[in-house]
Amino acid sequence: MNASWREVAACAALAASVMVLSGGVREARAEYGDVVMNNYSDGAGMRPVVFPHWFHRVRFRCKACHTDLGIKFKAGGNEINMLKIIDGQYCGACHNGSVAWSVENCDLCHSAKPGTPTQLHESTINLLGGPGTSAAVTPAASPMTAKPATGGRK
Amino acid sequence: MRSRRGRRRSRYYLWLLLATLILIARTPVAADMARRWLPLVKDGIHDPKSPALRLLQQPGEALSRLPADVAGSQVNWTAALEQGRINPRTNILPETKIRVLDTDILLNLRGGTPIVRFPHRQHTVWLDCGNCHEQLFKSKAGANKFSMQLILQGEQCGVCHGAVAFPLTQCGRCHNTARDKPLPAAAVRGS
Repeated sequence: MNASWREVAACAALAASVMVLSGGVREARAEYGDVVMNNYSDGAGMRPVVFPHWFHRVRFRCKACHTDLGIKFKAGGNEINMLKIIDGQYCGACHNGSVAWSVENCDLCHSAKPGTPTQLHESTINLLGGPGTSAAVTPAASPMTAKPATGGRK
Repeated sequence: MRSRRGRRRSRYYLWLLLATLILIARTPVAADMARRWLPLVKDGIHDPKSPALRLLQQPGEALSRLPADVAGSQVNWTAALEQGRINPRTNILPETKIRVLDTDILLNLRGGTPIVRFPHRQHTVWLDCGNCHEQLFKSKAGANKFSMQLILQGEQCGVCHGAVAFPLTQCGRCHNTARDKPLPAAAVRGS
Protein backbone atom coordinates (compact mmCIF):
# COMPACT_ATOMS: atom_id res chain seq x y z
CA MET A 1 0.00 0.00 0.00
CA ASN A 2 2.78 2.30 1.02
CA ALA A 3 4.66 1.57 -2.17
CA SER A 4 1.65 2.09 -4.43
CA TRP A 5 0.98 5.65 -3.22
CA ARG A 6 4.61 6.37 -3.88
CA GLU A 7 4.13 5.13 -7.40
CA VAL A 8 1.11 7.37 -7.75
CA ALA A 9 3.17 10.28 -6.42
CA ALA A 10 5.95 9.47 -8.88
CA CYS A 11 3.45 9.39 -11.73
CA ALA A 12 1.96 12.67 -10.58
CA ALA A 13 5.43 14.23 -10.40
CA LEU A 14 6.14 12.91 -13.87
CA ALA A 15 2.87 14.25 -15.23
CA ALA A 16 3.49 17.61 -13.54
CA SER A 17 6.99 17.80 -14.96
CA VAL A 18 5.71 16.97 -18.44
CA MET A 19 3.10 19.70 -18.06
CA VAL A 20 5.72 22.16 -16.85
CA LEU A 21 8.02 21.17 -19.70
CA SER A 22 5.35 21.48 -22.34
CA GLY A 23 4.31 24.80 -20.79
CA GLY A 24 7.98 25.71 -20.88
CA VAL A 25 8.03 25.22 -24.63
CA ARG A 26 8.46 28.79 -25.75
CA GLU A 27 5.49 29.85 -27.74
CA ALA A 28 7.29 31.63 -30.49
CA ARG A 29 5.58 34.72 -31.74
CA ALA A 30 6.46 35.10 -35.37
CA GLU A 31 3.87 37.80 -35.45
CA TYR A 32 5.94 39.77 -32.92
CA GLY A 33 6.55 42.95 -34.86
CA ASP A 34 3.82 42.36 -37.44
CA VAL A 35 2.10 45.62 -38.30
CA VAL A 36 -1.64 45.77 -38.80
CA MET A 37 -2.66 48.76 -40.93
CA ASN A 38 -6.26 49.81 -40.77
CA ASN A 39 -6.29 53.53 -41.47
CA TYR A 40 -8.72 53.14 -44.34
CA SER A 41 -9.31 49.38 -44.91
CA ASP A 42 -12.38 48.82 -42.74
CA GLY A 43 -13.96 51.96 -44.16
CA ALA A 44 -13.34 50.71 -47.67
CA GLY A 45 -14.83 47.28 -46.95
CA MET A 46 -11.45 45.56 -47.18
CA ARG A 47 -9.70 43.41 -44.63
CA PRO A 48 -6.97 45.39 -42.81
CA VAL A 49 -3.39 44.86 -44.00
CA VAL A 50 -0.96 42.58 -42.17
CA PHE A 51 2.66 43.57 -42.78
CA PRO A 52 4.89 40.67 -41.62
CA HIS A 53 8.16 42.23 -40.46
CA TRP A 54 9.80 38.79 -40.12
CA PHE A 55 9.24 37.97 -43.79
CA HIS A 56 10.61 41.28 -45.01
CA ARG A 57 13.67 41.46 -42.75
CA VAL A 58 14.92 38.15 -44.08
CA ARG A 59 15.19 39.97 -47.43
CA PHE A 60 15.74 43.63 -46.54
CA ARG A 61 17.61 45.43 -43.77
CA CYS A 62 15.61 48.01 -41.83
CA LYS A 63 17.37 50.84 -43.66
CA ALA A 64 16.20 49.69 -47.09
CA CYS A 65 12.59 50.66 -46.41
CA HIS A 66 12.95 52.99 -43.43
CA THR A 67 15.49 55.14 -45.28
CA ASP A 68 15.15 54.70 -49.03
CA LEU A 69 11.35 54.52 -48.99
CA GLY A 70 10.96 57.03 -46.14
CA ILE A 71 8.72 54.75 -44.10
CA LYS A 72 8.46 56.11 -40.55
CA PHE A 73 8.81 53.83 -37.53
CA LYS A 74 5.20 54.19 -36.56
CA ALA A 75 2.32 51.83 -37.17
CA GLY A 76 -0.30 53.73 -39.10
CA GLY A 77 1.87 56.85 -39.20
CA ASN A 78 2.67 56.82 -42.90
CA GLU A 79 -0.76 57.46 -44.42
CA ILE A 80 -0.13 54.83 -47.03
CA ASN A 81 -2.99 54.41 -49.50
CA MET A 82 -3.48 52.48 -52.72
CA LEU A 83 -2.98 55.54 -54.90
CA LYS A 84 0.53 56.04 -53.50
CA ILE A 85 1.28 52.32 -53.80
CA ILE A 86 0.22 52.21 -57.46
CA ASP A 87 2.37 55.32 -57.94
CA GLY A 88 5.40 53.28 -56.76
CA GLN A 89 5.68 54.78 -53.29
CA TYR A 90 5.95 52.81 -50.02
CA CYS A 91 4.94 49.14 -50.62
CA GLY A 92 4.63 49.99 -54.32
CA ALA A 93 8.41 50.33 -54.67
CA CYS A 94 8.58 46.52 -54.71
CA HIS A 95 4.97 45.34 -54.95
CA ASN A 96 4.78 46.23 -58.62
CA GLY A 97 4.75 42.82 -60.25
CA SER A 98 8.48 42.90 -60.91
CA VAL A 99 10.16 42.60 -57.47
CA ALA A 100 7.14 41.26 -55.58
CA TRP A 101 3.51 40.55 -56.36
CA SER A 102 1.54 43.45 -57.76
CA VAL A 103 -1.45 45.29 -56.35
CA GLU A 104 -3.97 43.08 -58.12
CA ASN A 105 -3.41 40.49 -55.39
CA CYS A 106 -5.48 42.50 -52.89
CA ASP A 107 -6.11 39.59 -50.53
CA LEU A 108 -2.46 38.74 -49.96
CA CYS A 109 -1.86 41.97 -48.02
CA HIS A 110 -5.43 42.67 -46.93
CA SER A 111 -5.62 39.51 -44.85
CA ALA A 112 -6.34 40.58 -41.24
CA LYS A 113 -9.52 39.91 -39.32
CA PRO A 114 -11.98 42.70 -40.13
CA GLY A 115 -12.00 45.34 -37.40
CA THR A 116 -8.44 44.71 -36.20
CA PRO A 117 -7.10 48.11 -35.11
CA THR A 118 -3.87 49.58 -36.49
CA GLN A 119 -1.10 48.28 -34.27
CA LEU A 120 2.36 46.91 -33.88
CA HIS A 121 1.38 43.41 -32.85
CA GLU A 122 2.85 42.03 -29.62
CA SER A 123 4.76 45.26 -28.99
CA THR A 124 5.37 46.32 -25.39
CA ILE A 125 3.20 49.41 -25.77
CA ASN A 126 0.46 47.27 -27.28
CA LEU A 127 0.65 44.84 -24.36
CA LEU A 128 0.68 47.64 -21.77
CA GLY A 129 -2.04 49.80 -23.21
CA GLY A 130 -4.00 47.63 -25.62
CA PRO A 131 -4.08 47.72 -29.41
CA GLY A 132 -4.04 51.10 -30.99
CA THR A 133 -2.34 52.89 -28.09
CA SER A 134 0.83 53.42 -30.07
CA ALA A 135 -1.03 56.39 -31.56
CA ALA A 136 -0.50 58.05 -28.15
CA VAL A 137 3.13 58.63 -29.11
CA THR A 138 3.32 62.29 -29.99
CA PRO A 139 4.34 63.08 -33.57
CA ALA A 140 7.19 65.25 -32.25
CA ALA A 141 8.69 62.24 -30.49
CA SER A 142 8.42 59.84 -33.38
CA PRO A 143 11.48 59.65 -35.56
CA MET A 144 11.57 61.11 -39.01
CA THR A 145 13.27 58.54 -41.11
CA ALA A 146 13.80 60.24 -44.43
CA LYS A 147 17.39 61.25 -45.00
CA PRO A 148 17.71 64.92 -44.04
CA ALA A 149 19.65 66.24 -47.04
CA THR A 150 19.03 63.93 -49.98
CA GLY A 151 15.55 62.80 -48.94
CA GLY A 152 13.94 59.49 -49.67
CA ARG A 153 11.36 58.75 -52.29
CA LYS A 154 8.37 60.68 -51.08
CA MET B 1 0.22 -9.37 -7.41
CA ARG B 2 3.57 -7.76 -8.09
CA SER B 3 6.54 -8.40 -5.83
CA ARG B 4 8.06 -5.69 -3.66
CA ARG B 5 11.20 -5.79 -5.82
CA GLY B 6 9.13 -5.29 -8.99
CA ARG B 7 7.45 -2.24 -7.55
CA ARG B 8 10.79 -0.82 -6.47
CA ARG B 9 12.15 -1.40 -9.96
CA SER B 10 9.17 0.32 -11.59
CA ARG B 11 9.65 3.30 -9.27
CA TYR B 12 13.32 3.35 -10.22
CA TYR B 13 12.45 3.44 -13.92
CA LEU B 14 9.93 6.20 -13.36
CA TRP B 15 12.49 8.39 -11.61
CA LEU B 16 15.06 7.59 -14.28
CA LEU B 17 12.59 8.68 -16.96
CA LEU B 18 11.81 11.86 -15.06
CA ALA B 19 15.50 12.73 -14.64
CA THR B 20 16.15 12.04 -18.34
CA LEU B 21 13.24 14.25 -19.38
CA ILE B 22 14.49 17.13 -17.23
CA LEU B 23 18.03 16.70 -18.56
CA ILE B 24 16.82 16.69 -22.18
CA ALA B 25 14.64 19.74 -21.62
CA ARG B 26 17.59 21.70 -20.23
CA THR B 27 19.87 21.18 -23.22
CA PRO B 28 20.18 23.99 -25.77
CA VAL B 29 19.26 21.57 -28.56
CA ALA B 30 15.91 20.88 -26.90
CA ALA B 31 15.41 24.60 -26.34
CA ASP B 32 16.01 25.12 -30.04
CA MET B 33 13.66 22.30 -30.99
CA ALA B 34 11.06 23.72 -28.63
CA ARG B 35 10.61 26.78 -30.80
CA ARG B 36 7.11 26.82 -32.20
CA TRP B 37 5.47 29.34 -34.45
CA LEU B 38 1.74 29.62 -34.64
CA PRO B 39 0.39 28.97 -38.13
CA LEU B 40 -0.99 32.14 -39.71
CA VAL B 41 -4.54 30.86 -39.32
CA LYS B 42 -4.11 30.83 -35.53
CA ASP B 43 -1.90 33.88 -34.98
CA GLY B 44 -4.78 36.06 -33.87
CA ILE B 45 -4.47 38.74 -36.54
CA HIS B 46 -5.02 36.94 -39.83
CA ASP B 47 -8.59 36.27 -40.88
CA PRO B 48 -8.96 32.47 -40.96
CA LYS B 49 -11.36 32.98 -43.89
CA SER B 50 -8.82 34.94 -45.95
CA PRO B 51 -7.84 33.21 -49.19
CA ALA B 52 -4.28 34.50 -48.58
CA LEU B 53 -3.65 31.88 -45.90
CA ARG B 54 -3.29 29.19 -48.56
CA LEU B 55 -0.55 31.19 -50.30
CA LEU B 56 1.43 33.12 -47.69
CA GLN B 57 4.57 31.56 -46.24
CA GLN B 58 4.17 30.09 -42.76
CA PRO B 59 6.58 31.67 -40.25
CA GLY B 60 7.86 28.33 -38.98
CA GLU B 61 9.05 27.36 -42.44
CA ALA B 62 11.33 30.39 -42.68
CA LEU B 63 12.26 31.04 -39.07
CA SER B 64 13.05 27.51 -37.88
CA ARG B 65 16.21 27.60 -40.01
CA LEU B 66 17.55 30.76 -38.34
CA PRO B 67 19.56 31.06 -35.07
CA ALA B 68 17.37 30.78 -31.99
CA ASP B 69 16.48 33.49 -29.53
CA VAL B 70 14.54 33.26 -26.29
CA ALA B 71 12.17 36.14 -26.87
CA GLY B 72 10.34 38.17 -29.46
CA SER B 73 10.15 36.37 -32.79
CA GLN B 74 12.48 33.63 -31.35
CA VAL B 75 15.09 34.47 -33.95
CA ASN B 76 18.45 36.06 -33.16
CA TRP B 77 18.49 38.35 -36.17
CA THR B 78 21.94 39.77 -35.45
CA ALA B 79 23.41 36.26 -35.35
CA ALA B 80 21.50 35.33 -38.51
CA LEU B 81 23.15 38.23 -40.31
CA GLU B 82 26.62 37.71 -38.81
CA GLN B 83 26.59 34.00 -39.62
CA GLY B 84 25.56 34.72 -43.19
CA ARG B 85 22.33 32.75 -42.81
CA ILE B 86 20.49 35.69 -44.34
CA ASN B 87 21.80 38.42 -46.60
CA PRO B 88 19.10 41.06 -46.69
CA ARG B 89 19.45 43.92 -49.16
CA THR B 90 20.86 47.15 -47.75
CA ASN B 91 19.20 49.59 -50.12
CA ILE B 92 16.54 50.03 -52.76
CA LEU B 93 17.81 53.23 -54.37
CA PRO B 94 21.14 52.57 -56.10
CA GLU B 95 22.65 55.91 -54.97
CA THR B 96 22.15 55.19 -51.25
CA LYS B 97 25.43 55.25 -49.33
CA ILE B 98 25.80 52.30 -46.96
CA ARG B 99 27.24 53.47 -43.67
CA VAL B 100 28.40 51.19 -40.82
CA LEU B 101 29.94 52.52 -37.58
CA ASP B 102 31.91 50.38 -35.11
CA THR B 103 31.94 52.44 -31.93
CA ASP B 104 30.50 51.33 -28.60
CA ILE B 105 28.86 53.90 -26.33
CA LEU B 106 28.57 53.46 -22.55
CA LEU B 107 25.27 54.69 -21.18
CA ASN B 108 23.51 54.78 -17.81
CA LEU B 109 26.83 55.65 -16.14
CA ARG B 110 25.19 57.10 -13.03
CA GLY B 111 22.23 54.75 -12.70
CA GLY B 112 21.69 51.84 -10.34
CA THR B 113 21.32 49.09 -12.93
CA PRO B 114 24.34 47.76 -14.84
CA ILE B 115 25.88 50.05 -17.46
CA VAL B 116 24.53 49.87 -21.01
CA ARG B 117 27.15 49.17 -23.66
CA PHE B 118 25.51 50.21 -26.89
CA PRO B 119 27.19 48.66 -29.93
CA HIS B 120 26.90 50.82 -33.04
CA ARG B 121 28.04 48.04 -35.36
CA GLN B 122 25.17 45.62 -34.73
CA HIS B 123 22.76 48.52 -35.15
CA THR B 124 24.25 50.07 -38.28
CA VAL B 125 24.41 46.82 -40.24
CA TRP B 126 20.61 46.98 -40.09
CA LEU B 127 19.94 50.71 -39.79
CA ASP B 128 21.18 53.92 -41.36
CA CYS B 129 22.62 56.71 -39.16
CA GLY B 130 19.65 58.87 -40.14
CA ASN B 131 17.14 56.39 -38.72
CA CYS B 132 18.18 57.39 -35.18
CA HIS B 133 20.17 60.64 -35.55
CA GLU B 134 19.43 63.49 -34.99
CA GLN B 135 15.70 63.35 -34.27
CA LEU B 136 15.65 60.33 -31.96
CA PHE B 137 19.13 60.68 -30.43
CA LYS B 138 21.70 63.46 -30.66
CA SER B 139 25.05 62.28 -32.00
CA LYS B 140 27.01 64.07 -29.26
CA ALA B 141 27.97 61.63 -26.48
CA GLY B 142 26.29 62.65 -23.23
CA ALA B 143 23.72 64.89 -24.89
CA ASN B 144 20.82 62.44 -24.60
CA LYS B 145 18.65 61.95 -21.55
CA PHE B 146 17.49 58.35 -21.51
CA SER B 147 14.43 57.19 -19.63
CA MET B 148 13.04 53.67 -19.21
CA GLN B 149 9.64 55.31 -18.83
CA LEU B 150 9.88 56.73 -22.35
CA ILE B 151 11.43 53.52 -23.70
CA LEU B 152 8.52 51.47 -22.32
CA GLN B 153 6.15 53.88 -24.03
CA GLY B 154 7.76 53.11 -27.37
CA GLU B 155 10.10 56.07 -27.62
CA GLN B 156 13.94 56.21 -27.77
CA CYS B 157 15.27 52.58 -27.83
CA GLY B 158 11.63 51.47 -27.48
CA VAL B 159 10.87 52.48 -31.06
CA CYS B 160 12.43 49.12 -32.04
CA HIS B 161 13.09 47.23 -28.77
CA GLY B 162 9.73 45.97 -27.64
CA ALA B 163 8.45 46.29 -31.20
CA VAL B 164 10.60 44.41 -33.73
CA ALA B 165 13.98 44.03 -31.99
CA PHE B 166 14.39 41.95 -28.81
CA PRO B 167 11.78 42.99 -26.22
CA LEU B 168 12.17 45.10 -23.10
CA THR B 169 11.94 42.08 -20.82
CA GLN B 170 15.53 41.23 -21.85
CA CYS B 171 17.09 43.72 -19.38
CA GLY B 172 20.57 42.19 -19.28
CA ARG B 173 21.12 42.37 -23.01
CA CYS B 174 21.31 46.17 -22.86
CA HIS B 175 22.33 46.53 -19.20
CA ASN B 176 25.27 44.29 -19.92
CA THR B 177 28.34 45.84 -18.26
CA ALA B 178 29.09 45.44 -14.56
CA ARG B 179 29.64 48.67 -12.65
CA ASP B 180 32.33 47.34 -10.29
CA LYS B 181 34.73 46.24 -13.03
CA PRO B 182 37.06 48.40 -15.15
CA LEU B 183 35.10 49.87 -18.04
CA PRO B 184 36.10 48.90 -21.59
CA ALA B 185 38.66 51.46 -22.74
CA ALA B 186 37.61 51.39 -26.38
CA ALA B 187 34.08 52.55 -25.66
CA VAL B 188 32.95 56.18 -25.70
CA ARG B 189 31.33 57.48 -22.51
CA GLY B 190 27.84 58.77 -23.01
CA SER B 191 25.39 59.94 -20.36
